[in-house]
Amino acid sequence: MSARSELELAGQVVELVRRLGGPAAQAEAVVTRADLALTRFANSAIHQNVSESTAEVRLRLHIDGRTAAGSGSVVTAEGLTSLVERTVAAARLCPPDPGWPGLTPPTPTPDAPPVDEATAHAEPDQRADRVRTFVAAAGGLSTAGYCRTAHRSSAFANSAGHTGYGRSAEAAMDGIARRDGADGVARRYAARLSDLDGAELGAQAAAKAQAAADPVELPPGHYEVVFEPAAVADLLQNLSWYGFNGKRYAERQSFAEPGAAQFDRAVTLVDDPLGTSGLPFDAEGTARGALTLVEAGTTRAVAHDRRTAAEAGAESTGHAVAGGTTWGPMARNLRLSGAPAGPPSATGRSTTGTAAGAVVDTDTAALVAGVRRGLLVTDLWYTRVLDPKSLVVTGLTRNGVWLIEDGTVVRAVRDLRFTESYPRALGPGAVLGLGARTVRQPDRVDGTWWAAPSLRLASWHFTGGASG
Amino acid sequence: MTEFDAATAAVQAALDAGARYADARVMHRRYESMTARNGDVEELTQDESIGLGVRALVGASWGFHAVPDLSDAAAREAGRRATRTAMASARVPGPPVDLVATEPVTASWASGCQLDPLGVPLSDKGDLLVAATRTMAEHGADLAEGLYQIWDTAKWFVSSEGHRIDQRIRECGAGISATSIGDGETQRRSWPSYRGQYGTTGWELVESLDLTAHAAQIAEESRALLTAPLCPAGETDLILGGEQLALQIHESVGHAIELDRILGWEAAFAGTSWLDLAQLGALRYGSELMNITIDPTIPGALGSFGFDDEGSPAVKRDAVRDGRWVGVLAGRDSAAMANLDYGGSVRADGWARLPMVRMTNVGLEPGPHTLDEIIAATDDGVLMDINRSWSIDDKRLNFQFGCEIGWEIKKGRRGRMLRNPTYTGIGPLFWRSMDMLSSETVPWGTPNCGKGQPGQIGHTGHPAAPARFRNVRVGVSA
Repeated sequence: MSARSELELAGQVVELVRRLGGPAAQAEAVVTRADLALTRFANSAIHQNVSESTAEVRLRLHIDGRTAAGSGSVVTAEGLTSLVERTVAAARLCPPDPGWPGLTPPTPTPDAPPVDEATAHAEPDQRADRVRTFVAAAGGLSTAGYCRTAHRSSAFANSAGHTGYGRSAEAAMDGIARRDGADGVARRYAARLSDLDGAELGAQAAAKAQAAADPVELPPGHYEVVFEPAAVADLLQNLSWYGFNGKRYAERQSFAEPGAAQFDRAVTLVDDPLGTSGLPFDAEGTARGALTLVEAGTTRAVAHDRRTAAEAGAESTGHAVAGGTTWGPMARNLRLSGAPAGPPSATGRSTTGTAAGAVVDTDTAALVAGVRRGLLVTDLWYTRVLDPKSLVVTGLTRNGVWLIEDGTVVRAVRDLRFTESYPRALGPGAVLGLGARTVRQPDRVDGTWWAAPSLRLASWHFTGGASG
Repeated sequence: MTEFDAATAAVQAALDAGARYADARVMHRRYESMTARNGDVEELTQDESIGLGVRALVGASWGFHAVPDLSDAAAREAGRRATRTAMASARVPGPPVDLVATEPVTASWASGCQLDPLGVPLSDKGDLLVAATRTMAEHGADLAEGLYQIWDTAKWFVSSEGHRIDQRIRECGAGISATSIGDGETQRRSWPSYRGQYGTTGWELVESLDLTAHAAQIAEESRALLTAPLCPAGETDLILGGEQLALQIHESVGHAIELDRILGWEAAFAGTSWLDLAQLGALRYGSELMNITIDPTIPGALGSFGFDDEGSPAVKRDAVRDGRWVGVLAGRDSAAMANLDYGGSVRADGWARLPMVRMTNVGLEPGPHTLDEIIAATDDGVLMDINRSWSIDDKRLNFQFGCEIGWEIKKGRRGRMLRNPTYTGIGPLFWRSMDMLSSETVPWGTPNCGKGQPGQIGHTGHPAAPARFRNVRVGVSA
């Protein structure tokens, strides 16, 4: 397919709705073609290597006050007709939808960032070569992870006359190196596959794995922490899903209170979907753009789609997702701004002895240097929400934890379980430092990323060790 | 061009391009879901997807490609691309790959279904959710939600060894939840489980759940929980309801016995396992009451099928017998790698996904007691039921689960309701502490098991009944 064919298909679907559902039917259609590929390795060998070339048509329509949605993978005339017929029939049998927010009116679609064609059309050999260099750089340690590329080409049309088209391409690499059960990780998102250096990432993961060997167990309790960007990414995802979600806000299930100083003044959160590769419109055709959610500690906004915006008396912020009526609008490209000047430079060694390699950049080193006693945490794992309103989350550390004493990483620590309220941990006075450089971390699905610097927090509640 | 023709063309093209083994799955899936909130239908979605995925083995390296096009040309190109991808995998080769034997059968299979769930009028299904959520709202819930989901999947499997299998699996289920919102927290109650109970059955399962009849009670309980005393912190005897025990099995047994995890194939993402193959047959996993089976043959359970997604027939096996670890969930290649002689637990989440080791029905055989007998035999403890949160480490050892509701147990009687009940422990120590097990087994269905990269959602079944565990740490909070 091409831009023209995808726009034509979206237009055909809207026209079919008009023909089969009547002139008053309101419809929006999104046609997306995707080429997704992921090369996966474990035990230092590629064991799974997959690719898919898919097409999807998503339709949402509103007839006689009733709403239904559907999708199909068959883009022939028969396939489109079948999709429209069954969705029209479903809408007519549905109870009324008094909250229907109407269609996005014709508005300009912003320019999307340029697509790197080499990434969009990457071959399996190119992904395999990055895996090969990752494995080689790990110095004989066992390695596991993936290298992936994604290319999407998407068109939108609705019966209000609004259309849009955009493309995106991206790449990601995520891998661990393992030494005697101790793992080290390196993870990156990039708009260009050529920006991913398997050797650099493999060496970083290996250095961290070496430094994570022979961990000791620490008692549970409140510890000062330095989180690396991979760990901060988990904070951003949970804040986004549960806090800055316009539906949860409307339901009073969110902690967010726009206008209130809910976070430390060091915290500025911006959703920036076009900050790197990304589609220029959301599932309702609304233009995507940067949205400041928290500015210098004060909550400024939550993400809206058309339905939650209508409920709140606001405008859509361009965060509609498929299925969003149930799950709510999502900010999926959240960036925690780094400190403009960064933390004060480290004055001494931030790692020593067997822990050398735990700290991988100067920002983190500077944050570690300020800690009298605390923990350096690489990554968080299996985080689940105990209560959405207070956003109390439990989870575990993963891929490397170290004890910091008097500004120096002194030894590896076994993984710990925590139970903590994320907004409280980032609350006024709780952020003791931020790195200057933000690092983009890939999510489990393409199109979503979390960008953050290293982060020093006054307290984190560890509620158990890995052994109980 | 039939679905079998497309799959056959893909396999042949993969072989012609240099593969020594290939298989292909054509899948046609129809999905329907409806959600309701506070007496109104919130969202109705009907999706339909059809396509082909082909897997090729070249030397010791795999490749996979999927397309939404069943034409002869597209199927053949998919087969060639799978083989080319396998050749690229050989740039970072692993150990030799073998496949344990499975008879190359020609067969058909269909799950049982009395009432076709897609054939039930949408208006009837909508009325059910509207009535149940309206009742919850009228009885104090701030947020009254209802949901049903239906999957109707037809698939056609062909392998280069001669398999030719078609299956039709219909799955459905439903549930309701009431949430009450306080100043600083929320409380939720669900029936029969958060986001519902599911099976490989027709709409008769949803009818049997009797959602509306339970709506008022769970709404009132969610409201009452806001002012209930907190679950105390400390060590005590813990009684788990069957739904929560199903999740305990899923997380701390089902995932731990996945052979791909044990072999390290999931190390970077889902994780590994604390289990060591050298201890298979000897390791004490739990108390002698612990008998866990891997059984995809259970009629109506969510993890049931006739054949897995690489052509192995559904067979019941032991995973834990009298507390001893004796079996794993395996596929043909992982089993061969581990010198085992059975696969049978490989499935793919749709045509665009690689088949991988997944749970089928992993459940606990019934015990000799009833829940009432367990409560009566408990002097001091806590009863918890209906999962609210779940978290477990990457070796499937350290877990912490939260439930929607708890009750104090004192001198053999159920006492006060407790809010925010949580418990934590280490898998094998926890299972070794199980000293009473009920016979009141329900085949709980979990339709949201995430695994793999790219991500796959698996549908798994977990027969479970209430049970008691001694000296468990409860009441963990922030």
